[in-house]
Parts: sequence; structure tokens; C-alpha cells
Amino acid sequence: MANSTQNQSEIRYLTPPSVEIKKKKYCRFKKNGIKYVDYKDPEFLKKFLNEQGKILPRRLTGTSLKYQRKVSIAIKRARHLALLPYVVDMLK
Amino acid sequence: MINQYETVFILTPVLSDAQMKETVSKFTSYLKENGAEIVRVENWGLRKLTYPIQKKTTGFYNLIEFKAEGTLLDKLETEYRRDERIIRFLSFKLDKYAIEYSTKKRNMKTAKKIEE
Repeated sequence: MANSTQNQSEIRYLTPPSVEIKKKKYCRFKKNGIKYVDYKDPEFLKKFLNEQGKILPRRLTGTSLKYQRKVSIAIKRARHLALLPYVVDMLK
Repeated sequence: MINQYETVFILTPVLSDAQMKETVSKFTSYLKENGAEIVRVENWGLRKLTYPIQKKTTGFYNLIEFKAEGTLLDKLETEYRRDERIIRFLSFKLDKYAIEYSTKKRNMKTAKKIEE
């Protein structure tokens, strides 16, 4: 019995098992102290869009709810003024 | 109740430079006549539109920031709709963060000019 437990601890892997280190998401507005999301800067707003020009969910970008609302309003304003597209393929 | 508003409009690219400036001055003077205080006027020049509007792919962007009564906004927008040179417009009230942001940006610009 003692032998077998010793063997188990000595198991060697060919490829070391990857230990997942979760990178904590953060709200970039809170971190950088940005209070106002500007709709006039389409390059910045593109960070919150996917390739089809859809707004990315909070769970992917890590933005806090307060700023997600502001981002979505800013994106919609930019779309209305043709600074951002409503629908596209391959935005980036 | 006096609020601060921002309005952006896109003019047709068929206009000449002088015509464009005349249109902008028409709206600034219209605002002034109706008791608005103009804070800032910006001309972004000819820009490409990301999607065609009225079959046009470019347009002159202009921005006016002003302080006025809310009722003036309705009048301004009807004025926009009557003018066929305007292909798109957007106007909205600035909240306190937006005012802070725009004054900060403006101060930075003036500081740069002084340095030069």
C-alpha cells in the first residue's frame, strides 16, 4: 500500500499540466479615472465592438455596468453620425 | 432652465468651402438671435462616412456647443430639417461629466496655442 501511494506522487507528465491562471478583468474606466465616454473617438469605441460591429457584452470586456451604459450610448451616437457602422463584416 | 447642449450636423459634400462656412454661420447666428450663448464651434472638415447617407459617402462635419433654453432645441431641429444641405444631425444635452470633459479639452487646446 505504502508503495503505491509513493508511486502516485511520483507520476511524471510528458507535458506539464497547465495551471490556469485567471487574469482578473477590470473596468478600464474605473482604473484610468475616465468619467465621460466620448462618441467622437471611433477608434477607442472599436475596442467594445466585435467584428460585425456589435457591442460586446460586459462579461467579455469587464466594464462595470455604470460605464457599459455610457459606452453603449456613445456607440449608438457614433453610429448615427456615421462614425461607426451599424453592420459590417470584418471591422478589424 | 438653461442647459448646455451639443449639436453635430453633417453637410453634403457638394458644397464649396465658402458655402459650407456660410451654412455654419447661418446656424450660429440663428442660435445667437434666439438667445443662446455659443461656447464652442468646431469644424472637422470633410470626412468619410462609414455607410452611405442619401447616396453620399463623404460629408462636412460641424459641431456647435451652446447654452440655451431647452425649447430652442426643437426650433433648431426643425430648422435642420428644413435645410436640405444637412444630411444628418444629432443634438443632446451635456451632463456634468461631459461639460467637465469639454472644458478640460478646450483648456488644453488654448494652452497649446499659447505655447506655440
